[in-house]
Amino acid sequence: MKIKEIVDILNAKVVSGSGCDNLDIAHGFASDLMSDVLTLDTEKMILITGLANMQTIRTAEMADVQCILFVRDKQVTEEMLEIAEEQDIILIQCKYSMFNAVGKLYTAGLQPVY
Amino acid sequence: MEFIYEVEGGNFTKAGNASSAVKKTLKQLNVNPKIVKRIVVALYEAEVNVVAHAYKGVITVNITPEHINILLDDEGPGIPDIDLAMKEGFSTASSKVREMGFGAGMGLPNIKKNVDDLNVSSIVDKGTKVEMKTYL
Repeated sequence: MKIKEIVDILNAKVVSGSGCDNLDIAHGFASDLMSDVLTLDTEKMILITGLANMQTIRTAEMADVQCILFVRDKQVTEEMLEIAEEQDIILIQCKYSMFNAVGKLYTAGLQPVY
Repeated sequence: MEFIYEVEGGNFTKAGNASSAVKKTLKQLNVNPKIVKRIVVALYEAEVNVVAHAYKGVITVNITPEHINILLDDEGPGIPDIDLAMKEGFSTASSKVREMGFGAGMGLPNIKKNVDDLNVSSIVDKGTKVEMKTYL
């Protein structure tokens, strides 16, 4: 699934990494617990989370996660944006709840990690 | 090659800065990306532990052509029962730590999974030493 499709399905907004519309995402993982994200070894994955702080960005950086989707209208701070841009991490925001966002992406064919 | 980083206890904004710097260095040294990921995931969990539990700490990274050795030496409350701390799900983390997306008792088990040798020693009310070695 392309980033562009994810954005369209969720009426979402790309806040960092515009120009990556055609990047391919194969798997989704939804968690607010960063330690669980750090146990994964999955490529082309989008992290779906309601946790919007610096540790979310750092976790993505360490775990080689290319794209983060923030749900529940969580806002990205300037500091988060700065590190995400430096690390080429795509940040997307949507207003849906985690359950709703995950349901829509799953229905559209995004695969779970396990 | 040796690199030293200081870690401030309680400062979650900076948690991960040292791990980020180490990742950059390992990438520059052309270390296999899969090994880099394992090392920085372990180091990041350990760095978050220092921020979450200790007053301050020092990270020493030693890189040779054969291995990467990382020592995290902190001043803090220490760990009374290391075997218990190694158990998945056991945590003494504060609600502040949980708000940051950690504190579910996954840190030490996750570190163990990602390094070749892990050695944890601690003196209560003095501090903890976490040494992790990865062979290249």
